[in-house]
Amino acid sequence: MQVLTINGQRRELDVDPDMPLLWAIRDVLELTGTKFGCGQALCGACTVMVDGMPARSCQTSVGDAAGKPIVTIEGVDGKVAQAVQAAWIKLDVPQCGYCQSGQIISAVGLLSQNRKPNDDEIDAAMSGNLCRCATYHRIRGAIHEAARMLEA
Amino acid sequence: MLFDRLGSAPRLSDHAATDAAGPAVPDLSRRRFLLAAAAIGGGLAVGFRAAPAEAAATAAPAAAATNPFAAYLRIAPDNTVTVLSAHMDMGQGIYHGTATLVAEELGAAWEQMRAEGGWGNPKLYGNLAWGGTMQGTGGSSGTFSSFDRYRQAGAAARMMLVAAAAKAWSVPAAEIKVDKGVVSHASGRKASFGDLAAAAAAMPVPADVTLKASDAWTLIGNETLPRIDSREKSTGRQTFTIDVKLPGLLTAVMIHPPVFGAKVKSFDAAKAKAIKGVVDVVAIHRGVAVVADTMWSALKGREAVTVVWDETGAETRSTAEIMASYRELAAKPGATVAENRGDVDGAFAGAAKVIEARYEFPYLAHAALEPLNAVARRNADGTIEIWGGHQMPDLYQMIAAKVADTTPDKIVLHVMKTGGGFGRRAVFDADVVAEAVAVGRAIGWKAPVKVQWTREDDMRGGRYRPAYVHALKAGLDKDGRIVAWSNRIVGQSIMKGTAFEAMVTNGVDPTSVEGSAHLPYAMPNRRVELTTTDVGVPVLWWRAVGSTHTAYAVETFLDELAAAAGRDPVEFRLDMLQGSPRHAAVLKMAAEKAGWGAPLPAGRFRGVAVAESFGTVVAQVAELTVGKAGAIKVERVVCAVDCGTAVNPDMIRAQIEGGIGFGLGAILKSKLTLDKGRVVEGNFDGYEVLRIEDMPKVEVHILASNAKPTGVGEPGVPPIGPAVANAYAKATGKRIRALPFAQSLNT
Ligand code: FES
Ligand code: FES
Repeated sequence: MQVLTINGQRRELDVDPDMPLLWAIRDVLELTGTKFGCGQALCGACTVMVDGMPARSCQTSVGDAAGKPIVTIEGVDGKVAQAVQAAWIKLDVPQCGYCQSGQIISAVGLLSQNRKPNDDEIDAAMSGNLCRCATYHRIRGAIHEAARMLEA
Repeated sequence: MLFDRLGSAPRLSDHAATDAAGPAVPDLSRRRFLLAAAAIGGGLAVGFRAAPAEAAATAAPAAAATNPFAAYLRIAPDNTVTVLSAHMDMGQGIYHGTATLVAEELGAAWEQMRAEGGWGNPKLYGNLAWGGTMQGTGGSSGTFSSFDRYRQAGAAARMMLVAAAAKAWSVPAAEIKVDKGVVSHASGRKASFGDLAAAAAAMPVPADVTLKASDAWTLIGNETLPRIDSREKSTGRQTFTIDVKLPGLLTAVMIHPPVFGAKVKSFDAAKAKAIKGVVDVVAIHRGVAVVADTMWSALKGREAVTVVWDETGAETRSTAEIMASYRELAAKPGATVAENRGDVDGAFAGAAKVIEARYEFPYLAHAALEPLNAVARRNADGTIEIWGGHQMPDLYQMIAAKVADTTPDKIVLHVMKTGGGFGRRAVFDADVVAEAVAVGRAIGWKAPVKVQWTREDDMRGGRYRPAYVHALKAGLDKDGRIVAWSNRIVGQSIMKGTAFEAMVTNGVDPTSVEGSAHLPYAMPNRRVELTTTDVGVPVLWWRAVGSTHTAYAVETFLDELAAAAGRDPVEFRLDMLQGSPRHAAVLKMAAEKAGWGAPLPAGRFRGVAVAESFGTVVAQVAELTVGKAGAIKVERVVCAVDCGTAVNPDMIRAQIEGGIGFGLGAILKSKLTLDKGRVVEGNFDGYEVLRIEDMPKVEVHILASNAKPTGVGEPGVPPIGPAVANAYAKATGKRIRALPFAQSLNT
């Protein structure tokens, strides 16, 4: 039995500790906002917060995540997350939307560390999050917009 | 066998293309071949009863006389209006578009609008750009096909709401107003759409509707309309096929043949079946499926299965070998001629200068971020429900029925939004959809099943943008004008050997030559030849299809000719575009907005390209810098678009921005390689695509137009490659003629 703390809730799972956190979240806990894109930490679609830092859940095992607070797109909250999501909606960032849970978690991670990132810092922090619809131009704009909202 | 039936399509000689896609005709090539599919539908004795030509003529008026509540929209008691879109949404925003069209005429408040995929009535959902008999999404035709139909539906629904209110309030209909979702009368009576919905649906359907004049529009063309699904997509609430939840749902992963064309000889699943969570291992027509309780169990099970393959007749060549054979073919006259005007050979003989260049284009994977998937369930009443990115639903219904050994009326499709698509979900054999049905059947339908491909399955699963070689040759006269033009194209046909074979005319697949044949430039003597190759690698349309390679070859070669003639590349093109005013206008606009001719900061260089695809004309000016190590950084792209009436300007910008990023990633980095028939790249480490640090700043300018809207999903892609290559040539003097750039720069 594995115990995860996810979105503030304690959940017991009857899975092997080597199961990737991604599949525990999606298939066992049925929180499907977190997406599968590559399974190899190459696309960022599966990004969740583990211990306050963005992590690729496809390459994090349930055993490694046990005992640490995990936040998925369903549970993301607080000033930074609200600003990021409001900016995303304001700029109509998503196209297909499939990558966006991961993008938003990474953006929240960035703005939690750096309240006023420039374009290069945004690019560096977001490079691991692929968007095949190439919404990158708006992602940059929305992160700047969220930074402005946080400042105000 | 189903696939044999589909393969032996009746030829539709009356409707088949007699020529390749010409300029200024929206999505001609795709329209025609889907008509062929409609005839095949007839051959299978399901649907598509109307002759294509007849349906095309009657489909639009039929929409006006159709009860809109039966097909195009639903008004719920909670006052939400849900539009049922005839086109699938893979991110291009067509749900937003159809909702805009309905809301405009209905008089709805934007906040009450919703949208979902409609399906099950080819006559009412048939794509009007394809003749109207078959539902389908593609060729950037969604807005074109929906523009009249969904406005008419909205207008008819408004009249029915008004009629219901008039009856309830005993006042003349002419005295009733509808505004922002409120139906009202001067007497002070008021009702919401939700209040009137039930009564309205039973009102007589108006035989005729009058649509608003364009100057009365408040939603069409509105710059500030929030995208209909941004909130769901920014909160993780948008569900895709991968997210479908059903009681007892199992997950299956496939083991596909290691080389294209191999078949399962035998397999050993004993070890896999011993793994916790694995439910079954079954062979189906497309490989072996491992069925389990979760994706993780299925993946572990898959590792434990051994399959022996029969590789007889499979494609086992490497891409190096295939490309070498294409180069040889490109040195010889083409097997077929797509266009031949004037006296090409005579003009070459008299030319002052002859210039030649050869271009090479790799196979490309679509690599949408949601790997392919589908969910199937059989119900107690024998119906089979299938959730998926049903891009050609009527065809998938037929195929699913065959695979399940049932009748098409038993198949119920749920059209899901997909995590990208780029053409990959419009497949001749319904690949993953057929797999879900076949696996469900193979396990005796004991539980609903989701077939989920991994990234590697998706990358190695075939259906690529075909590889091509182009040989171009042009003759200039002493004043630097093009007097002779020849373009030889060598590569696979997308449609040959498929259900759409009938669209291949005189050996020319229009998707192989679109963007090369019938150029908008005034060139009196020109010839486009095509040699279609026989390679066992499955190919498919990939966002912008033929123009992904033809525009690159044509527009970079033109740049080279302009340089040889000592002419400015914009002026050089404009001289030849006097008979193509739309092309000239977008080119001028892009050049002007980009400050063409004005000095740039040191180390920055500009390039330009213009291309028409699917009836939309796009010009782009790219600015780049070249770093010390030779690294290219595209800094800025200025783009002008003529797509007719701009229904959703911000959605147009989004699609063009996305098209630029999609195309740029491909030309800089992407290639799919075969080693003795085995696909080398499996994931985003080997198959590189654009990441955020490579995304330029993009400016999109939309030409004002009252013409009928044309598409924007694809046309942003073709010009970016040549615009960047032309800027690179300006910066370095080097012409990149083999894609991707990364490969040319390393060799
Ligand atoms: S699925 Fe984890 S990074 Fe792609
Ligand atoms: S919005 Fe489609 S992958 Fe990012």
